Amino acid sequence: MILSTSLNSTRYSFFDKLKAVDYFLIIIVAIIGSISVISIYSTESGNFSFYTKNHLTRFLVFFSMFLVLSFVRVSVWYRQAYIFYILGILLLLLVIFFGISASGSKRWINFFIMNLQPSELMKIAVIVCFARYYHRIQSSDIQSYKYLLQPIILLLLPCYLVITQPDLGTAILIAGSGMAIIWLAGLNLKYFIYSGLILLVSLPFVISFLKPYQKSRILTFFNPERDPLGAGYQIIQSKIAIGSGGLLGKGFLQGTQSYLEFLPEKHTDFIFTLFSEEFGFVGSMVLILLYTLLIYRIIRIGFSSRTFFSKLYCFGFASGLFLYIFVNIAMVIGLLPIVGAPLPIMSYGGSSMLSIMLGLSIVMSCKIYSRDPIGN
Amino acid sequence: MIKKTDNLNKNKIISRRLFVLVAAKIALLGIVTSRLYNLQISEKQKYEVLSDKNRIREWKTPPQRGIITDYFNNVIADNQRVYQVHLSLEEVSNFNNSIFKLKNIISLKEDEIKKIYEKKEKSKPWDTLIISENLSWKEFSKLNLYLHELDGAKPVLSTSRYYPYSNDLVHVVGYVGDATIQDIQNKKKIEENFVPGLKVGKIGIENSKDTDLIGKHGTKRYEVNASGKKISEISYNKETQGENLRTTIDLEIQQLAQELLKNQAGSICVMDIYTGEVIAMASSPTYDPNKFTHGISTKDWNEIKNNKLRPLLNKSLAGLYSPGSTIKPLVALAALEYGIIDTKFKINCKGHDHPYELYGERYHCWKKNGHGLMNMRNAIKQSCDIYFYEVARLLGVDKLSLIAKRYGLGSKVLEDFFSEERKGIVPSTKWKKQVLEQPWYLGETVITGIGQGYIQTTPLQLCLMTAQLANGGFKIKPNLIYDKEIDLDIIKSKIESEKNKSVSQNILKDQEFKYYERLYRNPNNLKLVLDAMYGSTNEQFGTSFRSRHKEDRYKFAGKTGTSQVKRITDQDRELDLDLEEIEYKSRDHALFIAFAPYDKPRYSLSVLIEHGGSGSKAAAPLANKLIKKILDRHELREKIRKDLKNIA
Repeated sequence: MILSTSLNSTRYSFFDKLKAVDYFLIIIVAIIGSISVISIYSTESGNFSFYTKNHLTRFLVFFSMFLVLSFVRVSVWYRQAYIFYILGILLLLLVIFFGISASGSKRWINFFIMNLQPSELMKIAVIVCFARYYHRIQSSDIQSYKYLLQPIILLLLPCYLVITQPDLGTAILIAGSGMAIIWLAGLNLKYFIYSGLILLVSLPFVISFLKPYQKSRILTFFNPERDPLGAGYQIIQSKIAIGSGGLLGKGFLQGTQSYLEFLPEKHTDFIFTLFSEEFGFVGSMVLILLYTLLIYRIIRIGFSSRTFFSKLYCFGFASGLFLYIFVNIAMVIGLLPIVGAPLPIMSYGGSSMLSIMLGLSIVMSCKIYSRDPIGN
Repeated sequence: MIKKTDNLNKNKIISRRLFVLVAAKIALLGIVTSRLYNLQISEKQKYEVLSDKNRIREWKTPPQRGIITDYFNNVIADNQRVYQVHLSLEEVSNFNNSIFKLKNIISLKEDEIKKIYEKKEKSKPWDTLIISENLSWKEFSKLNLYLHELDGAKPVLSTSRYYPYSNDLVHVVGYVGDATIQDIQNKKKIEENFVPGLKVGKIGIENSKDTDLIGKHGTKRYEVNASGKKISEISYNKETQGENLRTTIDLEIQQLAQELLKNQAGSICVMDIYTGEVIAMASSPTYDPNKFTHGISTKDWNEIKNNKLRPLLNKSLAGLYSPGSTIKPLVALAALEYGIIDTKFKINCKGHDHPYELYGERYHCWKKNGHGLMNMRNAIKQSCDIYFYEVARLLGVDKLSLIAKRYGLGSKVLEDFFSEERKGIVPSTKWKKQVLEQPWYLGETVITGIGQGYIQTTPLQLCLMTAQLANGGFKIKPNLIYDKEIDLDIIKSKIESEKNKSVSQNILKDQEFKYYERLYRNPNNLKLVLDAMYGSTNEQFGTSFRSRHKEDRYKFAGKTGTSQVKRITDQDRELDLDLEEIEYKSRDHALFIAFAPYDKPRYSLSVLIEHGGSGSKAAAPLANKLIKKILDRHELREKIRKDLKNIA
């Protein structure tokens, strides 16, 4: 009987809140965080210097932020969902005018304490926004064109802004997590099939719009040996690193591929490669298991939530998180083309860390305030 | 207000849809896991190899050449410490700049710089370029002073070939130079051990024995990073030095021989008549092999190449000369062996007014007034041409050719040891038909009898011929590298048993002889010839009488030769010019063959002076000095021989 209680917020004692916290989830995040610090430490050949220090600081700051923000009522998130989304769009627009460029793309805004990448925040904003959007729509209305068109626009706008930065990877992740919620909300399967077909038909057209480096990445994916020293270099070297790790890995700080700088982008997109080279198949499985447990806990929280917003958000975030992890790992083991996509928590990068921790704090808020009724 | 039923419905949809999503996630997770399993478990070895290939790079270190010594262990080809500057390309930020700076410090010439740029084109980015192979100490210390300004430049202490007796042994030892593509293709050992900057033998022993001398390259394995920079040394498989070689050469005799030939074109060969050891093999003029080690300059090369006396030609074994009268002992021996004449056979030599005549052609003796009535001993001693015209006519060129070949003419003395050695020509009727496709004329037989005409020999062949006459007529195995298998005592006992062997009738037929087999039918024939040679040197009227040694222990026997380089016309004979009045190119070659000591022969030698005039004046006097030295050093050589035998 969700709606039988008053619309006023339920009162929670501090003790109630602490009791409701999912400590298991916090422990998993802490473990993954520790692994990430160790891995970044290894990219610097065991020197506690710039990257490690930065990463550790960021993790500690955002991890604390996650814990604190967990106590923000879920209804606040619900109410501010659209504001969050609009804020995200505004930041993306700001990037166009005041953004910082690096290696050919303009993705960041300088906020003095850190360079913020709004597209990363947008990943969460889209999920929150869609959770709210579908929260109030009746299941019978979902298939109507009006309710079909609105979310498509809501999704295409940020995707377009991100693609033009250009950042294909993040755009795909935003689109993917948005689609996940639309799917969860119950949109007819045929629409997904249709849109899939449309994408397939328009693929040649889309490719013609891609930047040359993006095209070459896709071609390289199909045949990395096409250009072993150029576009194919990253994926070949990544596979060598992972493959040579074997069952137990080369050992901590012993990964020759990364230590000898054969591995590009080892701090960011290829952090899994480094980890896998040093800790082998067993280590990789442990890390994947930790991620799986994390996703499982989030879904579990979703199940125990009483509101559609919480459910949609948790399931949506879990799906998004899975997508980020899958795309990153699949990419470095040569299952997907190289599109810039960081591994959540593990990869070096403040915005990514911020958005994941923010996302997690909303999940935790869903848990703590699971009895909160929210809006109509 | 959302209706209750709708809520339930919505909940159901979400749960169902989530279930599908989770199923999809599990499937994708399965794919990732199996891929990881594939990479890390199934194909682990493949990727391990690739990873090692990535991180480990091999550098070959140059092998050290073996040392070459003379018989007495004097080093004649050494490895010397040199100062070099190498440029490690991966550490150079601006190549042009580095070269410019180096140019000012170690004074590189324009053509050297051009060569460096050519080399750089062929190098890989992680290679090391040798900028200068041989710096002076001054340049090297200056380089060290400015080293901080030169990124990638490395002062290196290396070794390179050095010939301490430079000019004296170049025709024996040869020299080394950079390996060319042909060298690498031709010799597997060079290909296996090739390292940029590797020196290989170009000529002489350095070339013939390259495979033994070269050694084995070392391998340094380094861990490198992605840009090829060395991080750490993993292993160092040290290079090995090539075999050391002991030659049969006596450095002192060789040096004396070169000294005697100074400022003349010619050759001196000295051989042990039993062991076949080449004790000296001098050729003049010579050149400095050290100039070739680091690449010879164009100026030096042109100087050597354009020298009219042809220093590059190893005259001992690649120079072809008519043997002239040095062939006479052999002609006499052949005639006696075949029983054409006996020792009492006489011819009257009556001077230029009464020449030898055959089918209207006239053949003169060298002596204007004639020798008078000559028997064989006197004919050899005084080198009467008329006598040998007639003997040759009676003998026939084919029998002469057979005996000449038997005693070492017409084939390579050192077999294939030196690629430049030449066979020469021992003419026969068959040879002329096959090679020149013409019939043989009797007149040609007549002049072959005095070593003129088609017959062509090398000084080393004449030396071998003399050795095989002097040792009593036994085939020996000439050699230049000390070989413990060749044992003097064994050879002497073999010869002793051969002497007493009964000879088959076939001895005078064309046949192959084994080493140390007897080559003659009747020992008295040989004795007579050797005795005549004794007379030639030690008795009045002998052609080399003036070059004799009076002391018994140095007494030797020899035979002079004067080889015409052009036909002597009647006008020439009329003029009878002194040597200095004849154009250099038209002067006769002077030859002399000898063996010593006479009573117990042990060494043979041949002397050739190109365009030196008569053998008795130009060549024989050199033998006098040489033989004294050879015999003085005999005891010492025998001591070394004993020592070497004891070691073995």
